[in-house]
Amino acid sequence: MQKKISNLPFHGTAEQEAKLQAVIAANKHDKSHLMGVMQEAQAIYGYLPMEVQNMIAEGMDIPLEKVFGVATFYAQFSLTQKGEVHIAVCLGTACYVKGSGVIYEELQKQLGIGGDECTADGKFSLTASRCIGACGLAPVLTVNDEVYGRLTKDDVSGILAKYGK
Amino acid sequence: MKTVAELQAAREKASVDLALRLGGTSASKYKRNVLVCGGTGCTSSHSEDIIKAFNEEIEKHNLTDEVKVVRTGCFGLCALGPIVIVYPEGCFYSMIEKENVPEIVEEHFVNGKIVEKYLYKETVLEDGTIKKYNETDFYKKQFRVALRNCGLINPECIDEYIANDGYAALAKCLTELQPKEVTQIILDSGLRGRGGGGFPTGKKWSFIADGPQKYVVCNADEGDPGAFMDRSVLEGDPHCLIEAMTIAGYAVGANQGYVYVRAEYPIAVNRLQKAIDDARAAGMLGKNIFGTDFSFDMEIRLGAGAFVCGEETALMTSIEGNRGEPRPRPPFPAVKGLFGCPTVENNVETFANIPQIILKGAEWFSSMGTEKSKGTKVFALGGKIKHTGLVEIPMGITLREIIEEIGGGVPHGKKFKAAQTGGPSGGCIPADLMDVAVDYDNLTAMGCMMGSGGLIVMDEDNCMVDMAKFFLEFTVDESCGKCTPCRIGTKRLLEMLDKITNGEGTLEDLDKLEDLCNYIKANSLCGLGQTAPNPVLATLKFFRDEYVSHVVDKKCPAGVCKNLVTFVIDQDKCIGCGKCAKNCPVDTIVKTDYIAPGHKLASYKIESGKCVKCGACIDGCKFNAISKQ
Repeated sequence: MQKKISNLPFHGTAEQEAKLQAVIAANKHDKSHLMGVMQEAQAIYGYLPMEVQNMIAEGMDIPLEKVFGVATFYAQFSLTQKGEVHIAVCLGTACYVKGSGVIYEELQKQLGIGGDECTADGKFSLTASRCIGACGLAPVLTVNDEVYGRLTKDDVSGILAKYGK
Repeated sequence: MKTVAELQAAREKASVDLALRLGGTSASKYKRNVLVCGGTGCTSSHSEDIIKAFNEEIEKHNLTDEVKVVRTGCFGLCALGPIVIVYPEGCFYSMIEKENVPEIVEEHFVNGKIVEKYLYKETVLEDGTIKKYNETDFYKKQFRVALRNCGLINPECIDEYIANDGYAALAKCLTELQPKEVTQIILDSGLRGRGGGGFPTGKKWSFIADGPQKYVVCNADEGDPGAFMDRSVLEGDPHCLIEAMTIAGYAVGANQGYVYVRAEYPIAVNRLQKAIDDARAAGMLGKNIFGTDFSFDMEIRLGAGAFVCGEETALMTSIEGNRGEPRPRPPFPAVKGLFGCPTVENNVETFANIPQIILKGAEWFSSMGTEKSKGTKVFALGGKIKHTGLVEIPMGITLREIIEEIGGGVPHGKKFKAAQTGGPSGGCIPADLMDVAVDYDNLTAMGCMMGSGGLIVMDEDNCMVDMAKFFLEFTVDESCGKCTPCRIGTKRLLEMLDKITNGEGTLEDLDKLEDLCNYIKANSLCGLGQTAPNPVLATLKFFRDEYVSHVVDKKCPAGVCKNLVTFVIDQDKCIGCGKCAKNCPVDTIVKTDYIAPGHKLASYKIESGKCVKCGACIDGCKFNAISKQ
């Protein structure tokens, strides 16, 4: 899978690092837990910059090349920052036939960013997601963890306005 | 619980509460059960708020001892969510909002009058009588085996599962049957894998090699977009999966199980984790289950969004903590699977059938379905269909029954064009084949496949070439890159489809497309590559005329492929309001000198060349004066 890699500088806090080290300590006995550790790391930092991948590689005693390989293989791992407001448009089949592609384009237009990108002020980020299984509500998008369903293109500006756009 | 007698006693105690929902009389203090769907679909439409509102209102009216609110799994009819079902009446409230709750509590629970206006329309007859929801078109042809507890029990309560025959099949296996006999029952039932391939489950179990360590793996990486039956089982009946995997462990001699679940399903993951913890506490997992010398435990591993991990060897590579690349077979997982040990792997829906087969017998199961496809199948209806949702039906029902009767047909008076089955690995079924009985072999014969049971309906507004391109974009993205035919071949297919949808294709390209498809099918390493060309081949077979329109006439009949569409204003319908000109982002709509008869203002026209085909003009026109040609 083609992944965009963030070129914005990394700002990790000591607190975040302590959390990550605790996760690594609890899992390093079993290298098959690598993906679980990376998922928790992404929950802590919001994404997986090289600095974080490096910490995982050293802590788990796994080559960085393998950590990077796993990070770029799976859709869930993000190498770019997420905004405060993270919007994911479902492009699963059921949503696509009901026009989620049009909604995705409209969001790109209104936010002025492409897919897997974050606005310069760090406020909004946008991505296309795989099927989230809410096909009964198609087309759907999620904003952070809130699900919006049965959408049309005209709903886009209303949703963005709700989050301060 | 250490003995079968203790399980039986727990069942008798717990079944008091469930009797009301199963249509019997109940000795329970509760006179009413209010079931609210807590599946992903209804939760997304705020069913949690509805549960909260019910509890508050019930408390306000001092009904807490009479009315019990239960959060269940999915009822299936997701299109009408959030759904609330009230027993003993069995009445079906649809599209409920939290504002409606006080009225329902007051009128229905206090005054005993069902609030008709919130009922699912089809359950209200002309003379005002109300029929049970399971007599409606959507439900009456369904027969639930895998989904039997979804929308009936509280998935987070092990007692409710036990009340409805839960863990009875496990008890029967451990105390009455030898492992080989268990495998034989599954073999005799004719159950085939529900994840896509359709391989006989009993056969898979019987292939397991000897070894000191063996594993049972459940594939819950439901990557096929538009399919959500596995999620529904995990959310609505997680103990069923635990019981079935433990039975599989007993049959093949494994003591450890792994469930590989998509991280995109947080509700499912949390409920399954709680169920595993509860089962362990109740002695259904762990050492010496029911006092026998059989021990079994299991854990969850989260996937991270890779379609290829639905392939069994790739899934195992992923559980081991690697990039989820498939391995060549043989050796098959039954010989050398997870961590190099013999492994049996089945998907969620397959497992969900197992406890019922053990309890009711192989003959009961094989009496349903067709000659070679036994039992029932769950389909996820999606796309352009009225009743989107989950249905479980005996194998052998026709597509027409599924779409027109159960699914309620295509909405907005549009014409049915095709049904897509099997997701990115499958094909499509055109209107003239709608009367074929749906089973594994008939679908394969049509160049389609059952897949995991996603069924997406498309109408006249969907372009079949665009759909093929959509699926190829998906497989190009998801191809793991290990083998060349899939990695490069699918990319070349996508480029050719791009060319065609841009109006640059030739008739020769269609033949090339077909050749390349057959080459990729024959030479790819795993199921992903071997089936990736199916959407192209199926659309070429059934909708070749649409491809021809794209390459010869340079037209997209459905008006989807932008480069082949021209936007035109009908000057006799245009009233000259000018809204389209204001909406146009590239200022290519201009006023003409022509005033149509009966109108006061001059009409507008679109100057060709600059139009970016964004559709803003059509969306804004209230007079239907603009069309795509």
